[in-house]
Amino acid sequence: MPKVKVPRKSTSVDMTAMTDVAFLLLTFFMLATKFKPDEPVIVDTPSSISETKLPDVDMMMISIDKENRVFFGIDGQQKRDSLLDMISAKYKVAFTESEKKEFSLISAFGVPVAQLKQFLSLPSAERSKIKQPGIPSDSLNNELGDWIWFSRLVNKNIRVAVKGDQSTSFPVVKQVMNTLQDKKMNKFNFITTLERGAE
Amino acid sequence: MAEIEGGGGGKHKGGKKRGKKLSTRVDFTPMVDLGFLLITFFMLTTSMNKPQVMDINMPIKDKTIENQPVPASQSITVILTKDDKVVYYFINQEGEPEPPIITDFDSRKGIRNTLITENAKRNKYLDSIPVYKKQMTDGIIDKPTYKAHLSAIKNYEKGLIVVIKATDESRYKNLIDILDEMLICNIGRYAIVDVSDKEKEMVKNAQPTN
Repeated sequence: MPKVKVPRKSTSVDMTAMTDVAFLLLTFFMLATKFKPDEPVIVDTPSSISETKLPDVDMMMISIDKENRVFFGIDGQQKRDSLLDMISAKYKVAFTESEKKEFSLISAFGVPVAQLKQFLSLPSAERSKIKQPGIPSDSLNNELGDWIWFSRLVNKNIRVAVKGDQSTSFPVVKQVMNTLQDKKMNKFNFITTLERGAE
Repeated sequence: MAEIEGGGGGKHKGGKKRGKKLSTRVDFTPMVDLGFLLITFFMLTTSMNKPQVMDINMPIKDKTIENQPVPASQSITVILTKDDKVVYYFINQEGEPEPPIITDFDSRKGIRNTLITENAKRNKYLDSIPVYKKQMTDGIIDKPTYKAHLSAIKNYEKGLIVVIKATDESRYKNLIDILDEMLICNIGRYAIVDVSDKEKEMVKNAQPTN
């Protein structure tokens, strides 16, 4: 019996189509991307059925992590610049140009003003490693209030978002809310994640 | 290959000299690798879904504004306590608090149940919310109109008023949960108030629902 000869096929596949797909997706992601701002702490937000989206601009964000530390962040590099100028005038702390530059680049921080200079002089890789103590927000030394107040002066359309962790204890949240009310920010947002399957 | 054809050479073997045909195919595999590597990078660094927010309006802190008394028959006081428990009580006709009841955030038999029944007793317009909603999905009314109707119904003056009091043992999650219940139960009139010492005592004596 004659052997059936299987014709040898080439193993090389035409990659052109795959390249097309890959680069199409790449283009999509590049255009749709907004880089995640690096956050100093991981905050596990509670869920709610609210569907309102967080606006991109004119925001200041107050994060409270599960160890009840308070962090503060504001959008816009120029705004951060002028905010730091006001803080340095009030607390009589002079910042060098490079420290100002560094401050305008970080999205959120959680150190008291007294430690801010030292914090900014660290290289950014080390900054993420050290444990930030949080911004003082109690009635004795309410630095958070000053940050909020100066942010309002820097940007009068600013809105506040409070991002708390599920297990943040209520007194801290109350303190932050009271501070906001003291600074005449009576309307604010709580950041939540969308609850699944709730109606 | 590239060769200059000499002038008068008659020694050609007929046919033209042809350059060897090179294949135009390029191996795209490394390019695909690169493409997918970059895709992965962008996918991981992207924040695609924006977080949701919940609006809160706090009253203006001003000593000159007198606190308005809340009509007793309309109000329910909800106290957030430790271990995700909730204590609620009503105020009866004589202005005395009724025995407090302890419950939780369970979506079936927790605080939501109470809020929905109590609000339905007081707010007679609640039934029209699904009607408006259907009208909106059918395109009869637009979204702003729907929102206006919804807000009018939620803030109906005889509807339930919820006084939210959070004790120091409660968590932030509890606060968000109760605010979420306000949204779910269509309650537009609520306030976050400090808890009093008397109520802290009441919490201790609260009984679970029968």
